[in-house]
Amino acid sequence: MIHALDDAASRLGLHIGQPLANARAMCPDLRVFDADVVADAKTLSDIADWCDRFTPLVALDPPHGLFLDITGCAHLFGGEAALLQTLVRALARQGFAVSAAIAGTSVCARTLTRQATGTIVADGGEAEAISPFPVSALGAGEAITTGLRRAGLKTIGDVASRSPSEITARFGARFSILLAHALGQGDAPINPRKPLPDYIVEKRFAEPIATDTMIAMTLSRLADMLIASMEKQGKGARRLEAAFFRTDGVVRAIMVETGRPVTRSAVIDRLFRERLDALADPLDPGFGFDMVRLSASRTEIVVQEQRDLDAHVHDNDELAALIDRIAARIGGKRVVVHLPQDTHIPESAVLAAPAQHHLAAAMQAEWPVRTESEPPLRPLRLFDKPEPIKVPFATVPDGPPHQFTWRRALHAVVRVEGPERIAMEWWRQDGKQLTRDYFRIEDAEGLRFWIFRDGLYEGEVFDGDGKPASPGWYVHGLFA
Amino acid sequence: MSGARKSALATLRGQIERIETAEVVHQQDRVALGHNEVDGVLKGGLARAAIHEVFCEGRQGAAATGFVMGLAGRVSARRPLLWVRQDFSEVEAGALSMSGLAELGLDPRRVVMVRAADVESALRTSADALACDALGAVVLELWGDIRQFDLVASRKLTLAAQGSGVTGLMLRMAAQPLPSTAETRWMLRAAHSPPGPMWSAWGAPRFDAELLRNRHGPCGRWIMEWNCDECQFSEPSTYSQPVAAAPAHRPDPAVPWQRRTA
Repeated sequence: MIHALDDAASRLGLHIGQPLANARAMCPDLRVFDADVVADAKTLSDIADWCDRFTPLVALDPPHGLFLDITGCAHLFGGEAALLQTLVRALARQGFAVSAAIAGTSVCARTLTRQATGTIVADGGEAEAISPFPVSALGAGEAITTGLRRAGLKTIGDVASRSPSEITARFGARFSILLAHALGQGDAPINPRKPLPDYIVEKRFAEPIATDTMIAMTLSRLADMLIASMEKQGKGARRLEAAFFRTDGVVRAIMVETGRPVTRSAVIDRLFRERLDALADPLDPGFGFDMVRLSASRTEIVVQEQRDLDAHVHDNDELAALIDRIAARIGGKRVVVHLPQDTHIPESAVLAAPAQHHLAAAMQAEWPVRTESEPPLRPLRLFDKPEPIKVPFATVPDGPPHQFTWRRALHAVVRVEGPERIAMEWWRQDGKQLTRDYFRIEDAEGLRFWIFRDGLYEGEVFDGDGKPASPGWYVHGLFA
Repeated sequence: MSGARKSALATLRGQIERIETAEVVHQQDRVALGHNEVDGVLKGGLARAAIHEVFCEGRQGAAATGFVMGLAGRVSARRPLLWVRQDFSEVEAGALSMSGLAELGLDPRRVVMVRAADVESALRTSADALACDALGAVVLELWGDIRQFDLVASRKLTLAAQGSGVTGLMLRMAAQPLPSTAETRWMLRAAHSPPGPMWSAWGAPRFDAELLRNRHGPCGRWIMEWNCDECQFSEPSTYSQPVAAAPAHRPDPAVPWQRRTA
């Protein structure tokens, strides 16, 4: 099957969807490449990234279309005609065959690109502009296009001249809606790839910039502008994105999140510096960036609070700022606070949550109260996955071992306390879970272990023949 | 030796002396640990705004963690604690358990954990954190001998700690001590529980702590016990569990026997 072809091939009469054998019969020296749908999608999305420089509202129209909502953007590029020209030329320079059109509705613009590239249709002129085009330009699908042609409706104008109820009755409501949109009556909303950020500031350069100092200077100037525009509405940024548009079309976006709304440009500046410093694949300016954009995609209203003399409040702010800085460098998931969970299972009793979002909750959390004058009942270091130990035998079937081998070293048991039986949560787990008997054990060297037997003796563990087998032993943690 | 050279030497010596005394004045802020002998050797307690190193063998990791946690609990004085660890040490020694921390009498709410992927980012994060005076203490947990943690890195941490007043605690598991600018250096082992029957609770955590280096005093080796209720170290108790008081209405069996022989 032919997936796509170039101009020369279509001049020979080949068409998309034709079986390859037929095409070969028509043109024996055909050069064929395997279709790579994934790479095509990636390229389309890269082009969409590049198109972000014209408007933040870019939507994909797979397999090879893009919608740009340029409402209110055109004047920045010298009007609609100039914008269209810039876009088409820049893409053509990079080797893409582009057809583009501007119209009041997205469907109308798409119809135009299929027949008359470079057209700009003023508001209200949609019906007139697309009437002469064949119905296939609507892109309504093979069945409907054939159906329309059989009915003698060759152009869009023919179809439009029929009453909508007839069209709906014959071709369905979806087609009549599509037709209405194409004729400029109502519009289908496009589905932008990214939500519109709350605040955007950007800087374009006539001469591309490439040095680190220039990039840093640009970022701090943009941060000032962003803060100034947010300040007017009393907002602070929680999520910031800096996008660097390279001259050769590559766009690199870098995101920074904060635990509290940021209202100072120095903080933004520092967070980005940390982030840029720590990038695994550093920002590659290539031949330079011709545009840098800074946007705040999540903002919050900042409550201006009166600072009192309580140092504690100040401390928390500073801690949050430190957490933001560390998170900007090594990633938000790597800085955690701990929240107690309502369960007896040792490994899930504590939840590690990102500190940026849960700092306040963690500071208020209610931890189980310790029993006074008791030695610690839970180990200080807990293994993520209990480590199996070798136990030669236990004196009493339900009792603790006398000695065990862990990490190739033999430990003789001197002190034992237990068992502490922890049954698994049958109401949560799907499969059957074994009951654990935990023992606190001290060896001859004074090391203290938390070991458990996985399964009740002669009750829960069975071998292949259904006979009771001896349960396994594990080290789960180490006490101080 | 010429006179000029001698005087230059004298000036330098004087300078060094002044620097050292300045440091002593600077490090007056000390926290008593609770163990009398240790506090005596440390001239009143563990110095704040300095770096302290705790070394241990690989399998003694939990004991050293407990000791560091105790030190951190003493110096941080209800301020947040930043615990920076390398990914690898969690695999080797297990993750720091907040339930276990609560059992030691310390507050898990004030612990912020940084899971650094490698040594470089761990060192850099702790240097940053030590400069932030909102923190009570910064713990850097590293596993194995580490080339990057040299005298320069150690000096950087010390300067940051001196500037902010935050205490830095280095937990070095399975590592050999190297020259550093640390105020004190400890070698930690787990200590035996006091003798008792096999089926009895082992009591409070006990540490065999050896002070290898002390910039302003002698070294030594002690058994220290962590008192979970009072959140401080103490001299080791002889019995792991509180002994039942002698019944008041019955005479002590030893006393009449002594009287008869007298």
